[in-house]
Order: sequence, then C-alpha cells, then structure tokens
Amino acid sequence: MKKLLIYLKDYKKESILAPLFKMLEASFELFVPLVMAAIMDVGIAGQDMPYIWKMAGILLFLAVIGLTCSLTAQYFAAKAAVGFAAKLKHALFRHIQNFSFSEIDEAGTATLITRMTSDMNQVQNGVNMVLRLFLRSPFIVFGAMIMAFTIDWKAALIFVVAIPLLSIVVFGIMLISIPRFRKVQEGVDKVLGITRENLTGVRVIRAFNQEEEERNRFHLNNEDLTKLQLIVGRISAFMNPVTFIIVNAAVIALIWTGAIQVDTGVLTQGEVVALINYMNQILVELVKLANLIITITKAVACGNRIQSVFEMETSQSFPEEPVEEDTSGEIIVDFQDVSFAYKNAGDEALSHLNLQVRRGETIGIIGGTGSGKTTFIHLLPRFYDATKGQVLVDGVDVRAYPKEQLRNKIGIVMQKAVLFKGSIRENLLWGNAEAEDPALYKALETAQALEVVKQKDGGLDAMISQGGKNLSGGQRQRLTIARALVREPEILILDDSTSALDYATDAKLRKALQEMEQKPTIFIVSQRTASIQHADRIVVLDDGEVTGIGTHEELLKNCEVYQEIYHSQFKKEVQGA
Amino acid sequence: MKQSGGKGSAGTLKKLMRYLRRYWFFLIISIVMSFISVALTLYIPILTGNAVDFILKPGKVDFSAILQIITTMGICIGITALAQWIMNICNNKMTYCIVRDVRRDAFDKMEQLPLKYLDSHTSGEIVSRIIADVDQFADGLLMGFTQLFTSIVTILGTLISMLTIHPGVTLVVVCITPISLFVAAFIAKKTYHMFQKQSETRGEQTGFIDEMIGNLKVVQAYNREAASMETFDEVNERLKQSSLKAIFFSSITNPATRFVNSLVYAGVGIAGAIVAIHGGITGISVGQLTTFLGYANQYTKPFNEISGVITELQNALACAARIFELIDEEPQLPDAADAVVLEHVEGNVGIEDVSFSYVPEQTLLQHVNLKVRAGQRIAIVGPTGCGKTTLINLLMRFYDVNEGRILVEGQDIRNVTRTSLRDSYGMVLQETWLKTGTVRENIAMGRSDATEEEIMEAARLSHAHSFIKRLPQGYDTMINEGSDSLSQGQKQLLCIARVMLCRPPMLILDEATSSIDTRTEIRIQKAFNKLMEGRTSFIVAHRLSTIQEADIILVMKDGNIIEQGSHEELLNQQGFYYNLYNSQFAV
Repeated sequence: MKKLLIYLKDYKKESILAPLFKMLEASFELFVPLVMAAIMDVGIAGQDMPYIWKMAGILLFLAVIGLTCSLTAQYFAAKAAVGFAAKLKHALFRHIQNFSFSEIDEAGTATLITRMTSDMNQVQNGVNMVLRLFLRSPFIVFGAMIMAFTIDWKAALIFVVAIPLLSIVVFGIMLISIPRFRKVQEGVDKVLGITRENLTGVRVIRAFNQEEEERNRFHLNNEDLTKLQLIVGRISAFMNPVTFIIVNAAVIALIWTGAIQVDTGVLTQGEVVALINYMNQILVELVKLANLIITITKAVACGNRIQSVFEMETSQSFPEEPVEEDTSGEIIVDFQDVSFAYKNAGDEALSHLNLQVRRGETIGIIGGTGSGKTTFIHLLPRFYDATKGQVLVDGVDVRAYPKEQLRNKIGIVMQKAVLFKGSIRENLLWGNAEAEDPALYKALETAQALEVVKQKDGGLDAMISQGGKNLSGGQRQRLTIARALVREPEILILDDSTSALDYATDAKLRKALQEMEQKPTIFIVSQRTASIQHADRIVVLDDGEVTGIGTHEELLKNCEVYQEIYHSQFKKEVQGA
Repeated sequence: MKQSGGKGSAGTLKKLMRYLRRYWFFLIISIVMSFISVALTLYIPILTGNAVDFILKPGKVDFSAILQIITTMGICIGITALAQWIMNICNNKMTYCIVRDVRRDAFDKMEQLPLKYLDSHTSGEIVSRIIADVDQFADGLLMGFTQLFTSIVTILGTLISMLTIHPGVTLVVVCITPISLFVAAFIAKKTYHMFQKQSETRGEQTGFIDEMIGNLKVVQAYNREAASMETFDEVNERLKQSSLKAIFFSSITNPATRFVNSLVYAGVGIAGAIVAIHGGITGISVGQLTTFLGYANQYTKPFNEISGVITELQNALACAARIFELIDEEPQLPDAADAVVLEHVEGNVGIEDVSFSYVPEQTLLQHVNLKVRAGQRIAIVGPTGCGKTTLINLLMRFYDVNEGRILVEGQDIRNVTRTSLRDSYGMVLQETWLKTGTVRENIAMGRSDATEEEIMEAARLSHAHSFIKRLPQGYDTMINEGSDSLSQGQKQLLCIARVMLCRPPMLILDEATSSIDTRTEIRIQKAFNKLMEGRTSFIVAHRLSTIQEADIILVMKDGNIIEQGSHEELLNQQGFYYNLYNSQFAV
C-alpha cells in the first residue's frame, strides 16, 4: 500500500490542505463550549443582554466559518482521492498491458479485472476518508483535552485518564475484531461457493445422489459462519456500553472536581458545563474514528492486493532498437531445438522442436488436447519465451525484435474468437489502422465473411456488442480471420479458428487463402484432419513431442499417431474404400 | 401489482414471525433493554443539569446534594451500560440465528426444488437470494427495527424531557431541526443525477477494462496496447471529473447538517439565556440549559437515522420477500411411499406413449414410443436446440412426463426411488462440472468408499491418469471453481473417470466428448465400450462414427423425435436424417 502513495504526489497541495481545513473546522468547533460558558457566566449571571447577542453572533460566525472550512476540505479531499485513483488506474492499466502471457496466466484475467475495478474504488474511498477524518478526530480529542487544560489543569487530568482508557477500549475492540471480521468474510465466501456450486452442478449432484452430502456440507459451513459471527458480535457488543461507562464516569468526576473548584473560586459554573461538553465531544469523535478505521483496513487490504500486481514484473523485455531482418530469404521461420515449459508446470509442454519453414509454405499442425499445438505457435509472436533453443523469424532471433516490429509481421487468429465493442470497421482496423475500405472488403472476401457484413444493417458500420454477443460463433470466427488478414501479415496463424465453420465454408476459406495475391506463410492448427490435409507439410504433435513431419500421404504411411487421428475421424469412409 | 405488494409485505412479516418465534425471548428482552437504555440515556443529562445547578459560585456549592445526584447518576450509568450490552447480545443472537435458519431452509429447499424451477432461474439470481438477500434482510430488518424503535423512543423521550424543562426553548429546537432534514433531502435530490452520471461512466470504464484486460492476449497480438491506453485514459479522465462532482456534492450533507446543528445549539443557547434573564418563574436555570444543550447536540441524529432506516427497511422487506418466495416454492414430488428400490438393472428401458412439454403452451414430445433392449446403443441426433437434453431430463427423472410412462426393467420410474434410478445411470454431460475439492474426491464422488487402487484404475481407463500425475500435487491437487489449472478436455476426462468408477449399468453421454480430441475420444470410447458391453447407453452424438455404430438413432427436431431407426434405415427413408447426414458429414 505504501508504495502506491507516490501517486498522490501530484496532489500534494490537496492532500495537505484537506486535513488542514478539516483541523481548522475542528478548532472552531472547539471554541463553541467556551463561548457557551461565557454566555452562562457573563451573560446570564450578569443579566447582560447585549453581551449574549454578541456571543450569539460569534456562535453563528463560528458555524459559518466551520461550514466553509469543512466544504473546502471536502473539496480538496475529493479532488486528491479521485485524482489519485485515476493516476493509479492509469499506472496499473499500463503495467498490466505490459504483462507477458506468462504473467497473464499466473494472475488470471478475472483477478486483474477485480484489481482494476472494485479494489480501486475501495482505495479511492479510503484515501478520501483518511484525508477528511483521520486528522480531524484525533485533533478534536486532543484539542478538547488542551482546551480543558486552559480551563483548569486539575479537571483536565480527568481527560488525561479518560482519553487513553477510551482509546484502549475502542482500538482494542477493533484490533481484536478486524481479523475475525476477515474470517467471517471467508465464511461467507465458503457458503456462497457451495451454493453456487450446487446450482451449476445440480444435474450431476442429483445424478450421483449427492444431495444429502451437499446439505450436510452446507449446514456445517453455515453453522461455522454463525459461530464466527456470534464471536465477532460478542466482542463488538462491548464497544457501546464500555465507552458509555468511561465517558459518563468522567463526567461524574468532572462534576465532583468542578464542584470543589467552583467552591474555592477557581472555576465558574459555565466552565464546568464547558468541560462536560468537551467530554461528550470526545465520545462522538472516537466512534467516528473507529468506523474510519474499518474503512481504512479495507482500503489497505485492497491497496496491498493492487500493490502485489505492481510487484509482478514482466518476465520478458523487448529491445527498443529496430533490427534489420531478411524478408526475402528462403527460410522465414526457424525453430532450432526449441523446448518450452510453462511456469510452475512440471513437464515440458514442448520438447526439442526443430522445424524450418519456407516462405509461402502452408504448415498444418495437428495433435490431441494438450499436445502443445497452441504452445508451439505462441512462440512465434513471442507470447512466451522458449526455455531452451531459439526461434528465428526472417533470420533474426525473436528475442532481438522490438515488440511491435515482430508482431506486425504476424496475423494470429486465436482459438477463442474475440471481437470488441464497436463497429465492424473498427474491429477490422485493429489489423491495420491505415487500411482503406477496399482492403477491408478484400480481407472479408478471403475470410468468407463478406456475407456476414452484408447481412448486417449498416455494413461495415454495423455495431458489434461487447464480446461479439450479437454474432454467431461462425460469424465471429470469420471476422477474426478477416481482422488478421487486414494486416497483410507475412505469417498467418489460424489456431483452431475454423471449428465453428461447416466443412464447405472451411474448404472455401482454405482455397481462398491459397489463392491470395501475396500469400503469407500460413500455420493452421486444427483437430480436424480435413482442415490440414492439403497443407504443404503437417507437423504431428503428441504430448509435446513431434512424432512426424510430412505431407498427408507420407504421414498416413509412416506416422502412427497421424493414422490414428485420421482414422478416428474417417473411420467408415476408409473402411468403405 | 399494487395488491400483491400490500399483501406481500404483510405476508412477508408473517413469515418472518415464523422465524422470530423461536427467538421471541431474545426479542422481548431486547425491546425492554433498549427502552431502559434510551430512557436512562435521556435521564442522565437531566441529572447532570441538576448537579450543575448546585454548583453556583464560591461558597454556594451544595456538596451533599451533588453527592446524592452523582450516586444516582452512577447507578443509572451502570444500568444503562448493562442494558445496552444485553441488548447487543440479544440482537446478535437473534439476527445471526435467524439468518442461519433462513439460509439453511433456503438451501435445503434448493436441493429439493424440481429442475423446472432451477432451469428457469439463473444461478446468479438464486445465489444472490440465499447469500446477499439474507444478509441484507438481516442487517436491514432486524437492526433496522431496533434502530427505528430506539430512534422513535429517543425523539419522543427527548421531546417530553425538553417540554417538561421549558416549552418555549423546546419550540426553538423543534422549529430549527427540520431544516437539517430538508437540507439533506435537497442535497440527495441534487446529487442524484451526478451519481447516475458517475455510475454510468464507471460502468463504461468497467466494461472497457473487462474487454481489454479480459482479452489482453488479443490486444497484445495486435499491438493495440497504446491505442487501448489512450481510450482508457479518456474514459478515466471523464470518470475522474464525474466522480469528483458526485463525491464532493454528496459530502456536503454532513457539514450542512452539522451547520444546522450548530444553529440549533446557538438558538438554544440564546433562547435559554433570554429566558433565564427575563423569564422569572417560567425561567430556566443554568443546569437546565446545560441539559438542553446536551439534547440539542443529539436531537437531529435520530431524525437522520430514521430516514435512513426507513429506506433500509423497505429494501430489507423486499429482500425477505424474495427469500421467502424461494423457501415457499413447491418442492419436487417426494418418492412414492411404496416406491421400490431398483435392483439388478440390465438395461431394458421402455418409453411408452410419452408426451412432455416444459410449458403447457408449447408441446414438445408427443406420444413417443421407444423400446430399448439391454445392451443397445441409442444415438440422439439433431440440430442444436432441438431438445436432445429433454430426453435425458426424462430418463433421469429430472422432469416427470406429462403423459405415458417410462419403464426401467418393467417398472414405471415414478414407482421406484430416485436414488436407485439415478444410481443405475452413469451420466457425463457436455458441461463439465467438478466440485471444489481434490482430484481424488472428485473422481470418488459417486462412491466415497472407493479404494485408491480403484480410483487410479478408473483414471487410467479414462486416460486421465497421465495428466493427473503431472499435476503439481497429483491426485491431491485442489480444484476450485473456475480454476484455470485444468483444460476443458482434462476436466471432461475427470468427469468420465467419475462415471468409470461407479460402473453403472446404463450410460448417458451428452456430447460428452466435445472438447476432447478425437484420438483420446476413441480411446475413451473403447474403454467405455468395454465397460458397457452388454449394457445400455444413450448418447447425444455429434460425431459420425458414434452415430453410425448406434443400434437406434433418434432424430430430434424442434423438441420432437421425428425419425428413429438404424443408420441404413434412416438413409433409405431419405428424410431429415438423410439431409442432415449429407450436409454435415459429407466431405
């Protein structure tokens, strides 16, 4: 949390002025009992009406000044808190954007989104409250004590005893209950988890006759939660009564001391009343302070979570200097004995991969679930770094490229067809911001997506809703392919991205790709042999290892894994032939 | 709507009483204690005032009278604190126990609800009823009631005390106090649209973050980091502006009410002083003025609280209504009293003249007949959304048929226990569902008595063993909701292992292998085939090979079985299946 506070530095002025004005307000508030004492001692005792009016004027003046100061403070606090949050969000967003795929996998996008949104709000709220109240409350507490001293030091000693006692009670109870509050929250989360699980898995639970077990599991956790809540409740139940006793005991002490002091002429009646008023003010402020601490604890916890995201360093660094690559050489991609293991994973996801790809070649990649197909192609745009060996694109190690230079060469269509909120045109321009409409239409045509655009009102300007929800899976896939083509990439990667297309469209797409004017080097990842069997070469992966490279016919002859895959899909046809 | 609203809230209160009744003792104590504590809290300032009146000036201090007063005060303080403490404890006990009871009842009901209900409500909705609504209702209703009660007693008590001391000065308080309410209401109204603007912009930002961070990999692949940073900054700046306005203007409320409070305080001071000087017999002593000042300081507080509490109460009542609606939902029909336990199931299933629809207006299955002999393989095919899962729902008795009957081994499934019926089926659904727990616990879900050996054997048969071994903690690896540690395919393998372990006499596979690659699928099929030898299986099928090998193919369209027969028979019919086959599988 501490390290986050540097983002307040542009709001130094506000962060100082806000509490300062708050203190000003508080100090005016502290004068009120004194004025009231004067009204009693001088005004009422001396039957001095003009004096009373004068004092009334002062009271009003104090109230107005207090209001002004308070508003000023609120404004500065809000400004600093909001500005701080905006800066922090900006910094965190930038930081997250620089994460490599390893960090994204490790943190999980859902977590990152929570850090960016609800955690940020909590922190903003925390900063705001701290600036407003954190100084005010202690200031009133100690201010009241000091004012008491100015009235009478003997009576003030009662404050000296009462304040620490009150603080011990208030903060002690907080200190004991905060960790338990956290436990309660965990308990709630558990109960919530079980409920959700039971709803999403209701068919399985009933199919396996697990209702009774689940009920017992829920009851157990529910019972635990109640126990935790009761414990916390029992602790905080002490707060009000104990503070009440302390404050009122102090009032009794004040009355008694006051009586003695008045009797000896040291104090006046009005001053005793003022002392009692100060004592009551302290109680109010301490309760506020306690509530504030709860807010702060929450904010600090959220801040720490945000901080931990900042502490995740990106594991990749990219050179700034553009490199000179050879874009006309025969070999465009060269995998040299490449191995890769995911962070924290035991086994290698890919081992000892060697492959040289010629410019313009079409490579099919096939293999079972978890065989390393996606990992393989993710090494090309350097989404991950090979743990062993090196990957060369246009004769240069991918680690020597600046990020943009490397990724601009590659058009990748990922497994999950993701489109963004905005018009179709805006989405396509992701591929190349400068592309003109004719180029877009050409890409759409190749991707077999022209009809998608034609069907939509507004053509290229038709709006896509968030996540592309107003499109079917097949439509989304074709548009993502078009987006990659708009880039006119040297290398086109299709990662199982035609799974929602029917065979006929899939075939048409492959044909169109082959007939492109400046045909890119193409990598097609698929589980369907039909999608890759016409590739120039096919790489067969099994458990992270290459078990065969060659044409469809060659592999059918000599690659056992490929045969198995092929036959699993074309069983009857083959048997019939 | 109006009528149900009125009746509803009365009904809700009645139902609440049902839960409250168990803790009526705590409720009564709580009310009594809060009454005592409020009364004494109001009495103490009077005592303070009286004491002050005995402290006049040097030589004119009545110590014995003061001593008497502060003794009374001490006793009052003690009793008040005790009453507060007991009240707190009672409220806690009452609140948390009622929450526990309500939540337990809601969950138990959920386990018994017919799938019809669960299918027509989103899980998020039901979860929020059981968790969030229960919490809200507890906080709002129970805390709200005590707060409302004490606030009203405080206001009335204060008013009476003030009136007995001096009606004239009371008038000042009564006249000025409402200003703070007006001010608060005015500010709330004025800031409403600012808050709306803020939450709109915040929604926009959250949506953007959702998209860009959620799909960060795509963003990076297209070098869009700078562009999305730009958009983000633009939205961020707008949010900053609107937040500043919303936060600042709403934060005016506190200082403003405090200001009004100061006015009351000053007003009381002046009015009190005037009365004290000119009042004569109807005058006011300094001590009484002190009491007044004490009241004036707190008088606006309960008013502000009440306005908050009332909205909270309304909200809580709405929450309670939602929970009770769930709790009072009709549970599924219990097993018949004479229901038999299915034993020695071989796999003979009969569907006799079955009609079924989810909603009366929309007929689905009509007069369906099907006879399945032990060991037969039934493939269910048809376009997406044709109601393939409807059949599964009926076979597993997740739903009951409207007409006709379904027989297993000649027994109407409505006459056998649900437990034994469901034990006879092994089900693997398209949507992989695993519960929170270790891999081992998940595999052993259907048979908690399985040995380690059996579990591993089941995993091996379903080709899950090799990847489980590679997991960080092997069979002890924890699976959490939404955990990314397992791929979709791996999860499905675990679901299959779960069924493998049970070795049920019949199988239901709902596109069970859609996210497993074909080669692994073939292997699993082999394992299943071995397991299923001579046993019945129902398969919602996508893949040609599965369909062709089936003994009976059911072709479904728009919720109905339109064709049934073997592959060859159906092709010869040249009907819907023939077209489906040609469009989907011809390469």
